[in-house]
Amino acid sequence: MSRLKDWAFSAFVLFLGRKPKRPVVERERLVAAGALEPRAELAVLALFGAAALCAVAFVVVYALDRLPAQTQLLGLTLGLSFGFLAAALILIAKRLVVTEELEEPYPVPAHPEEREEVVQMVEESGSRFTRKRLVTLAGAAAGTALTVALVTPAVSLGPVIDTDSFYRTPWRRGRRLVDEAGNPLTAAEIEQDVFYTAFPEGADRELIGSPLVVVRLDPGELELPSDREGWAPEGVLAYSKICTHAACAIALYRKPLFPPAHEPRPALICPCHYSTFDPASGGTVIYGPAGRPLPQLPLVVENGELRAGGNFSGPVGPSWWGVRMGKAKP
Amino acid sequence: MIRRTVSFLDERTGGAPLFRKALRYLFPDNWSFLLGEVALYAFVVLVATGVYLTLFFDPSTAPTVYHGSYEPLRGSEMTRAYQSVVDISFKVKAGLLIRQTHHWAADVFIAAIVLHLMRIFFTGAFRKPRDLTYYIGLTMLLFAILEGYLGYSLADDLLSGMGLAIGYAVLMSVPFVGANLALLVWGAPFPGDPAFWSRMYIAHVFILPVLIGALVGVHLLLVAARHHTQFRSARASERVVVGVPTFPGQTPRSLGLFSAVAAVLFLMGGLIQINPIWLWGPFHVAQATNGAQPDWYLGWLIGALRLMPSFDVTVGNYTLVPNPFWGGALFPLIVFAFLFSWPWLERRFTGDHAFHNLLDRPRDSPWRTAIGMAVLTWVFIVFVAGSADRVYVFVGLSYNAQLWAYRILAWVIPLLVLLAAKRICEELRAGDRVEADRKAAEAAG
Repeated sequence: MSRLKDWAFSAFVLFLGRKPKRPVVERERLVAAGALEPRAELAVLALFGAAALCAVAFVVVYALDRLPAQTQLLGLTLGLSFGFLAAALILIAKRLVVTEELEEPYPVPAHPEEREEVVQMVEESGSRFTRKRLVTLAGAAAGTALTVALVTPAVSLGPVIDTDSFYRTPWRRGRRLVDEAGNPLTAAEIEQDVFYTAFPEGADRELIGSPLVVVRLDPGELELPSDREGWAPEGVLAYSKICTHAACAIALYRKPLFPPAHEPRPALICPCHYSTFDPASGGTVIYGPAGRPLPQLPLVVENGELRAGGNFSGPVGPSWWGVRMGKAKP
Repeated sequence: MIRRTVSFLDERTGGAPLFRKALRYLFPDNWSFLLGEVALYAFVVLVATGVYLTLFFDPSTAPTVYHGSYEPLRGSEMTRAYQSVVDISFKVKAGLLIRQTHHWAADVFIAAIVLHLMRIFFTGAFRKPRDLTYYIGLTMLLFAILEGYLGYSLADDLLSGMGLAIGYAVLMSVPFVGANLALLVWGAPFPGDPAFWSRMYIAHVFILPVLIGALVGVHLLLVAARHHTQFRSARASERVVVGVPTFPGQTPRSLGLFSAVAAVLFLMGGLIQINPIWLWGPFHVAQATNGAQPDWYLGWLIGALRLMPSFDVTVGNYTLVPNPFWGGALFPLIVFAFLFSWPWLERRFTGDHAFHNLLDRPRDSPWRTAIGMAVLTWVFIVFVAGSADRVYVFVGLSYNAQLWAYRILAWVIPLLVLLAAKRICEELRAGDRVEADRKAAEAAG
C-alpha cells in the first residue's frame, strides 16, 4: 500500500515538473489593466454555480415522471439557469473585464479611384461588341423569357384562371338538411329564438358552401324580396353560415327577448368583425363591414323534413371581383 | 491553448488581421442600441425551439379521432395537424414548455423589431450610408409578421382557422386578381386543397426562416461595414466613432443580453400560458368563437377591418374593391409604403444628401419626429379599435359608439399629435439654445 503511495507521489512530481516554465516576458499591454475585484469574482463564481445547479434541476425535473406543474418547473429551472448566467456575464462585463471606450476613425465614405476603375473595367470589357444595345436587348429578352418559363410551373398551384369553383356549393333542389349528428332536420323542431347549424346530407361539411344557419321567425315579420316567395315555409329560414365579409362562421344570434332592447330585430352576427345580417329581410347587412347580403337558401318541407328548394340566392363566402357576376350553382 | 487555436485558424484561413479587427470593432454605448440585439436573440430562440417542434408536428389535414390523455377532446374529429399540437402540449415531455416559449419568442421578436425600428426612425439612423440596412430591416419585419401568422395558423385550432379565413378573404379582396391569387395560394376555395398545409409548412419552417436568416446576415454585415451610429459627445463626431471594443468589453455584455432574453422567454414559456389550443378545439368551417383576438402584431389589421363601414365598390356587376381590401391590405400597404419611402421623402424635402454617422435626437428634426409620431398614433388607434368588443364586454361601453369614436379619433388625434410633437421639439431646441448661450456667456465672462 505504501509503495503505491510512493509511486503516485513520484508520478505527481514528474507531472508537475514535466515542462520547464515559460519565462514571463514583460510586454506592453494591449488591453488596459484594471484593479483586482476579488469580491466580484467570488460573486461570478457563485452565479455560475447557481446557473449550473438550475440546469441540473431542469434535468431532474425532466427525469421525474408525473410531477404536478411540470411545465412550470421546467420553465422556472431553465429560465433561472439562463438568468443566473446573464447575471454572471453582466457582472463580468461591469466589474471584471476592463471597459475601455476607444476611438477609431469611421471608414472612409467613398473610394473614388477604385470606383472609377470598376466603371472603366466594365466599359472596356465591352469594346469588341459593335451592336451593344441590340445584344443587351436580346440578352434581356432571353432572360425574361427564361424567367417566365421557370415561373410557369407555379401555375399548377391552383386553377388560377378558372374561378368557376367559387360559385359552386353542394346544395341542390331536394337535398335534405341534416344536423351535426347527421340526423335530418324537421321543420317542427326548429324553434323561435334559437339558431341551428345544418349541413347538406351526404356532402363534405368542410366546404364554405356547406354549412347553414337555420332560424324560425314569425311569418308575419318576414320582408323577403318579392322573388323569394315560398323560400321560408312556416317562417323557417336558411342562410349560408359563412360571413360574406371575411369567411368566418356566423356564430351569434341576437334575439331581443324583452321590450327595452336597443335593436328590435333578430340578427345573425359574425364574431370576427361583427357584420350583422337581418334574417327577416333576406340577409341584408344592417351593421358591420360586410358589403353583401348573406346568401339565402330556399327551403321546402317534405313529410315534415327540411330540404333545399334550390341553390343559394348568391355565391357563398367573401367577395371577389366576380361575386356579383354569377349565380350559386351545384 | 489560445495561441495554438489562433495559429491553427490563421494558418488555414489567413484570418488573423480580420480577427484582430473584429476584436477591436467598437460598439457605441446606448441602451437603445440593444433593441436590435434583443430581436436577434429572440430569433435564435425561435429557430432552436422551432426545430424541436418540427420533430413532433405533423402538417397534415388527414382526419383523425382523438384518443389521447386530454379528456374533453376525446372522441373529437380533428386533423393530424391539430392532434400533433395537442400531443406536443400533453404527451411530449417538455413539449408544452418549448411550444409556449416558441410562441412567446415570436411575440417578443416582432415587438423588439418594432421598437428597434422606432429607435432607428426617430434618431435618423436610416440616413445615408445606412438606408440599405434600413430597407432590409423593414423587409425582415414584413417577413416576420407573415412568419408569425403562418406559425399560429399551422396548429389548425379554431382560432387559427378563423385567422386563415380572414387572410383568405383579404387575399380574395385584391382588385382584379384576388380570386386568382387565392386559388394560387390555397389551391381551391377555402379551406383549400390539402396541399395548402404543405405550402404553409414549408414556408414557415424553411423558406421564411432562411430568408430572414439571410437578411439578418446581410443586415449585420452592412452595419459592420459602415460601423455603428452614435450620439454626439465631446469625443464622438461624424469622423470618429467612440465605443467599447468587441473583446473584452462587448462580448460578455452581448452574451449576457442573450442569456437574459433566453431567461425571460423560457420563464414566460413555462409560467405564462399562451394559446391553449386544447381549449379552442379543432377548426371546422362551420364554427367560430366570439372574443377572438389575434397575436398582437396583427391587432392593427383586425382594428382596420372592423372600422370599415359596410360597402363593396362595384361597377355594374363587377366588384372593383371588396370590403376587406381597405383594412386588411391597403392599410398595411400604406404604412409600409410610408416606412419604405421615408428616407427618400426626407432627402427630397430637406435636400440633405450628406453622410450621417451622428444620430439626431428626436428634437433635432421636428418634422420627422412629428410625422413619425402622427403615423404611429394613427396605427396605434386603429390597433386599439380592434379591442372595442372586449372593452364592451368588460366596461359596457357601446360597441357602436366606440367604433364611431375611433373612426373620428383615428384622424383627429394624429393631427393633434403632429402639432404637439412639432411644438415640443421646437421648444426643446429653443431651450437648448438658451442653455448653450448661457454656457458660452459664462465661459466668456
